[in-house]
Amino acid sequence: MKKIIKMKSLIGDFAENKDIAKKLRLKEIIPVLSSGAEIILDFKGVSGATQSFVHALISDPIRKYKDVAFNNLVYKNANNNIRETVSIVYRYMQESFEDER
Amino acid sequence: MKIFLSNHGNLRNFRSFIKSLDLSNPSTLEITTHDKWVTVHPANLVLAASLALKVGRENSKIVGKVPETGRYLDRMGLYKLTSTHSEFNYHKKEEAGRFVPIKVIKDAKDQSLFISDMVPLLHLSESNTTVVKYIIGELVRNVLEHAYAKNGAIVAAQYFKKTNRVSIAICDTGIGIWKSMHENWHPKTDLEAINLALTPGITGTTRREGGTSENAGAGLFFIKSIAKISRNYFVIYSGKAEYTLLKHNKRIKGYPRLYSDPTRDPHNFAKDAASFEGTLVSVDISLDETPELNDLLSRIGEVYDKAIRERKKNKYKEPKFI
Repeated sequence: MKKIIKMKSLIGDFAENKDIAKKLRLKEIIPVLSSGAEIILDFKGVSGATQSFVHALISDPIRKYKDVAFNNLVYKNANNNIRETVSIVYRYMQESFEDER
Repeated sequence: MKIFLSNHGNLRNFRSFIKSLDLSNPSTLEITTHDKWVTVHPANLVLAASLALKVGRENSKIVGKVPETGRYLDRMGLYKLTSTHSEFNYHKKEEAGRFVPIKVIKDAKDQSLFISDMVPLLHLSESNTTVVKYIIGELVRNVLEHAYAKNGAIVAAQYFKKTNRVSIAICDTGIGIWKSMHENWHPKTDLEAINLALTPGITGTTRREGGTSENAGAGLFFIKSIAKISRNYFVIYSGKAEYTLLKHNKRIKGYPRLYSDPTRDPHNFAKDAASFEGTLVSVDISLDETPELNDLLSRIGEVYDKAIRERKKNKYKEPKFI
């Protein structure tokens, strides 16, 4: 089962509103990941995202679900700005894993 | 309180601006200007606007002779925040392509509206617009989350055609950086608190690597780094301390090297400035020198990762050799 979230309709053409990121994380991403299903965040029409937005969206799911999040959280139509921001968050969250063992 | 707006208001001279501040008598505000020519950077403007909002319109005034160039204060909306009536009569041209007047942002919804409606007024290219949206997005959010500022974030921006530069400033009269950092990091001074706030991976909300679910401690480091890569100034002022990132020498080829430790960057600082209850952050971005956002983020991200790895390494236990 897959769930697709069209980001532009929720966040507009630039992703900076962390309140929306938090809502998406709690109401969409975490429930889907905890059920073992795949969630696709479709960034079509979104020009960029702040690191804070992406952190609020995915850092907790990565910390909680680790490999499940890496496998089942998918980004579609992410431009280079968004890819770079998401990659930064992925890297530093994985660096933080060891601290929590 | 007294603020003097001089004829050389820019980030290079920001220290002399704060040296001239008189923040005693916090219930009234008097703004004076140079009598022949006034040049105002958004940083000067938002500080004046924040204090005017704090003491109230009835207790704020612009006094003395204001030269013709002072009409800029009217255009940017400073007069409206004081009890002084503007006597400037001029044809109000369309705002587009030049500046974003003083705006007060109180919540995330205001912030999104500001970013979608106001940033395009600067009429920048698409890639430069994305960089400016990024900067404003991060800085305003910092205020909304960490400053506990009753009056919200006060923002202004200006595009300077001659130098192809955008100047952005954000100010609040909230708790300031020292208080925001105190619970988890116990900085001794305002300057130490600013240095912590500029260090990648350090957030006032936790000591845990990777931050909380809401904060990672990256925002200010990213913005300072964008200013450094674009070879321009970045200023932060809170409490009695001020830090100014200096312009990177243009004759040195290639992108400026980024450091996780803000004290390694060429900078000026003050630790005994007039005590400002709040935080001001301002940045100049030279558009000719600014790469695409993804390129900026890639360079900054590398330094961010390295800083976190090194901090982790410092926590490793050493074997006991006897």
